[in-house]
Amino acid sequence: MKSHLLSLAAAVAATAFAATAALAQEREVRVYNWSDYIDESILTDFIKETGIKVIYDVFDSNEMLETKLLAGGSGYDVVVPTGPFLARQIQAKVFQKLDKSKLPNLSNVWPVVSERLAKYDPGNQYAVNYMWGTTGIGYNVDKVKAALGNVPIDSWNVLFKPENAAKLKSCGINILDASDETFAIALNYLGKNPDSKDTKDLEAGGAVYSKIRKSVKTFNSSAYIDELANGDSCITIGWSGDVLQAKTRAEEAKNGVNIEFIIPKEGTYMWFDNLAIPADAKHVDEAHAFINYLMKPEVIAKASNFVQYANGNLASQKFIDKEVLENPSVYPPEDVVKKLFTISPYGPREQRVLNRVWTQIKTGS
Amino acid sequence: MASVSETHPANKPNPARWLVVAVPYVWLLLFFAAPFLIIFKISLSETAIAMPPYTPLFDGFGAIGDFVSELDFDNYLFLTDDPLYIEAYLSSLRIAVISTFLLLLIGYPMALAMARAPTTLRPTLVMLVILPFWTSFLIRVYAWIGILKPDGLLTLLFQSVGLFGADDQLQVFRTDYAVFIGIVYSYLPFMVLPLYSALEKMDNTLLEAASDLGCPPWKAFWKITFPLSLPGVIAGSMICFIPITGEFVIPDLLGGADTLMIGKTLWTEFFGNRDWPLASAVAVILLIMLVVPIMIFQNQQKKVA
Repeated sequence: MKSHLLSLAAAVAATAFAATAALAQEREVRVYNWSDYIDESILTDFIKETGIKVIYDVFDSNEMLETKLLAGGSGYDVVVPTGPFLARQIQAKVFQKLDKSKLPNLSNVWPVVSERLAKYDPGNQYAVNYMWGTTGIGYNVDKVKAALGNVPIDSWNVLFKPENAAKLKSCGINILDASDETFAIALNYLGKNPDSKDTKDLEAGGAVYSKIRKSVKTFNSSAYIDELANGDSCITIGWSGDVLQAKTRAEEAKNGVNIEFIIPKEGTYMWFDNLAIPADAKHVDEAHAFINYLMKPEVIAKASNFVQYANGNLASQKFIDKEVLENPSVYPPEDVVKKLFTISPYGPREQRVLNRVWTQIKTGS
Repeated sequence: MASVSETHPANKPNPARWLVVAVPYVWLLLFFAAPFLIIFKISLSETAIAMPPYTPLFDGFGAIGDFVSELDFDNYLFLTDDPLYIEAYLSSLRIAVISTFLLLLIGYPMALAMARAPTTLRPTLVMLVILPFWTSFLIRVYAWIGILKPDGLLTLLFQSVGLFGADDQLQVFRTDYAVFIGIVYSYLPFMVLPLYSALEKMDNTLLEAASDLGCPPWKAFWKITFPLSLPGVIAGSMICFIPITGEFVIPDLLGGADTLMIGKTLWTEFFGNRDWPLASAVAVILLIMLVVPIMIFQNQQKKVA
């Protein structure tokens, strides 16, 4: 289930606010980012370094973010939409152009990433990549082996073949509640164009999930990290770094849960989460300062080390832990990257078809 | 009020009195009629990639002609076209009816016991019913997650008393049963308090008379107590039934992905699909559906008065 209620308030307040700064006018920046997506010490460091107070809220779906942005007056100064959503929001005039003179650290970006991002934000005018990753399969090694025996875990077949899903039912299957991604993955699995918005194709993609619906326990995009880590679920369609965070949490808890992430051999969706400033942001200078701070190589490397997602900052790579940088799940090798695909935004009518099919799947009707 | 003024035709219209009468109407206009019209207006527009995400339908009074010619009820037609919405409405009604019945079943004995308790004890009992409101509703629903989840408190309790084996787990969380438990728990005070206030006012000498005349207690209950408490039963049932039908938080937190309720469907339309026009159409229909029981309730209240 969406834990939007959980995400309502995860504010990081500036507790150690210097007395001298209080004399000056109080500066603040309101950030709305994905849940479990930063090393919180970065925020406290930023506060210490700049005297700008950070109000930090989290969400767990692009839809939630977009609803707030399109309603207007969200009150946030920095938000983090994913590629196709960014494109649509730029079209809806949600964002202001970045003032690149205030972002000297832009020199650190990784052209490989910024070129792909330009598909959504032509000319890279509105957004800077924060993290990127893939949507793959996260699983509990022992439980899945117990359920499936010797079925190799390298393909979407592990989940999408109804007979496999049925065997995994008792140990808990979770599917991300992110319909644009789950459909693209299903279409790619069926050998169709993952970016197709055709109604027939979307229905065919939906059928992949309705066939295994009875075996699926939850559709969730944030609580699944903990559920996987504490053994409440055993397999999930999940975002790479989330699954790796679950792995870390299980290792820290020493609860005997052994988690792995794979990019299935059929390929999967490659996404980009990007920092952007809403047009109606009240603290524009502070927002630029925040984005520029995040783009410092050692800062963004710290974030990547913590959340285990790849970032779009080339200069940061020398500060990233070896285990992260050399992990093929985080920075996939060239031959895997070739099989990754991106998708374009949905139009309103297509969106309605997509969501109708998705709602029907989720409610099992 | 109107009849009072008619019987005193000599009374000059008093501006102060008009003001008093106007307050509730202004309230209704501002906080019911105006929002409803806005929602209704949105329900007739179409989604668009813009801020806000729907096509403008009405630009000032000069554009009334365009407005009327552009009216389209597509969103309402879509609702009838897709079985999902009808099923969600029906499922919400089903959950609301069952929950209200369960509430009555549990709430009535509680209210009766409270009303029959010694007068000195009653304020304390009322206080105990109200006490849970002092903590946040959300916290209380989250607490139920901790109790009901497969490795939660209830499973541990059952295991420790030997009712469950070590591997058995309670499979209630994320099912309709959990939704019923959450709803009954959350709405119980709203059922108990109107029942209590109806039962407390009852004249106990009636029961004494019945017993003197040889009527057994259970018969006296059905002949006297229950009919006299009927206004409380109706008030409590309505106060619970109406919000339960539109309930969103409890099914979202405790229910499974297949728990279908119109409140959740509405949420998905708004946040998932970002289809404000369709969400507004769902809300308008929901309101119309709930107006019927509210009117029955009003009617009953009038009869009682």
